[in-house]
Amino acid sequence: MRKYKISSNLAISENGFLFYPLTGESFTVNQMGVQILNLLKKEEKPEQIISAIIDEYDTDHATAERDLGEFLTQLKNYKLVNEL
Amino acid sequence: MKIGITGLNNVDSPGPGVPVIRAIKDKYKSNCTIIGLIYDSLEPGAYMENVAEKSYMIPYPSSGLDSLLIRLKKIHEIEKFDIIIPTLDSELYGFVKLTPKLEEMGIKTFLPTLDQLNFRAKDKLYDFFKNSGIRVPKNILITSPEDFKKFEDEFEYPVVIKGIFYDAYIVKNEDEAISAFNKMRFKWGVPIIVQEFVKGDEYNVAALGDGTGAMVGGVPMKKLTITDKGKAWAGITIADPDLKELAEKIMDKLKWRSGIELEFVKEEKSNEYYLLEVNPRFPAWVYLAVAAGQNLPAALIDLMNGKEVKKFTEYEIGKIFIRYSWDLITDIKKFEEITVKGVLSNG
Repeated sequence: MRKYKISSNLAISENGFLFYPLTGESFTVNQMGVQILNLLKKEEKPEQIISAIIDEYDTDHATAERDLGEFLTQLKNYKLVNEL
Repeated sequence: MKIGITGLNNVDSPGPGVPVIRAIKDKYKSNCTIIGLIYDSLEPGAYMENVAEKSYMIPYPSSGLDSLLIRLKKIHEIEKFDIIIPTLDSELYGFVKLTPKLEEMGIKTFLPTLDQLNFRAKDKLYDFFKNSGIRVPKNILITSPEDFKKFEDEFEYPVVIKGIFYDAYIVKNEDEAISAFNKMRFKWGVPIIVQEFVKGDEYNVAALGDGTGAMVGGVPMKKLTITDKGKAWAGITIADPDLKELAEKIMDKLKWRSGIELEFVKEEKSNEYYLLEVNPRFPAWVYLAVAAGQNLPAALIDLMNGKEVKKFTEYEIGKIFIRYSWDLITDIKKFEEITVKGVLSNG
């Protein structure tokens, strides 16, 4: 899986509210989304993020990888992350 | 300091008068007296509390400059204006022409020149900014429905059909275009503007120019809610250095001297900003700029008074305005006062 970098200035609140000051757009994500975004912010690799999801949500590797992939695609579509 | 201000029509497509007054009063508090100059006896700003201490009826721009000047002289004899701030597009040409007369009367204004007003007009915008590096949707002017056929090679549907002063319709084919043309023609006359449609989110900038090309301040806003008239009913301040740089470039090219609103659309396909319109006055949402840290109307007063005005460099990002309507209840006595005497005291 490719590595992604979170767009600079994206504001992430603990309760899942995202504000992108460059465009004025806002989004809401669930707690898992917040966790993934915070890990992206720390520049964690996809494998480390998948491990964190498995630890936290009691799921298997394939499911975690698929869910992360879908989430990253959505973030990319909204220009909230860039592919490295 | 006595300030005359127009545009107290705080209705569904509000004039900027009330927010401009709110901003000036934030800074000058009791050191200023606001005199509303209204065209209609039911302009809400004349009846609202803490807005205008007094309001006077003035003749519509269509009545001609002479009648406006006579009325302003009459009001000035009573009120002794220091400053007049016109805030509506349709009256600006008249006030610019009256500037020397107002100056003779000791009344200060801070307005663009007639040339500047013309350059930014909807029908001239494209030509003025052509080859300047500022993207403006291409437009052509038409005067009859047959022109849609004549110029069909010059544009692709959908296009935006715009009146020379107000109104705009997005049309998908020639039939819709002709229908929109006819609506506009009866309302605003010809020519009608056919403008390339640029799909994307809308962003506006409220700014103040000092007349030298410098932008004293400017706050960009993304529209969050848009009315059927295309007006922002809610918006949020954003931080996009590209938009700020673009606004500064436009101000420099126009050498704008007054408040201004720049309207942009960020094209979905290219992610580039297109300048849609340049409105020659502060927008009705200008108080958002004040709340975000740039009191542009108060800075305009300072410029008029010859004070040194420092350039605003920062503003708060993520500040939101949400407009609302409110039924103001008043007494028939007030309505009678303004209707019969042409003046209403509301202090």
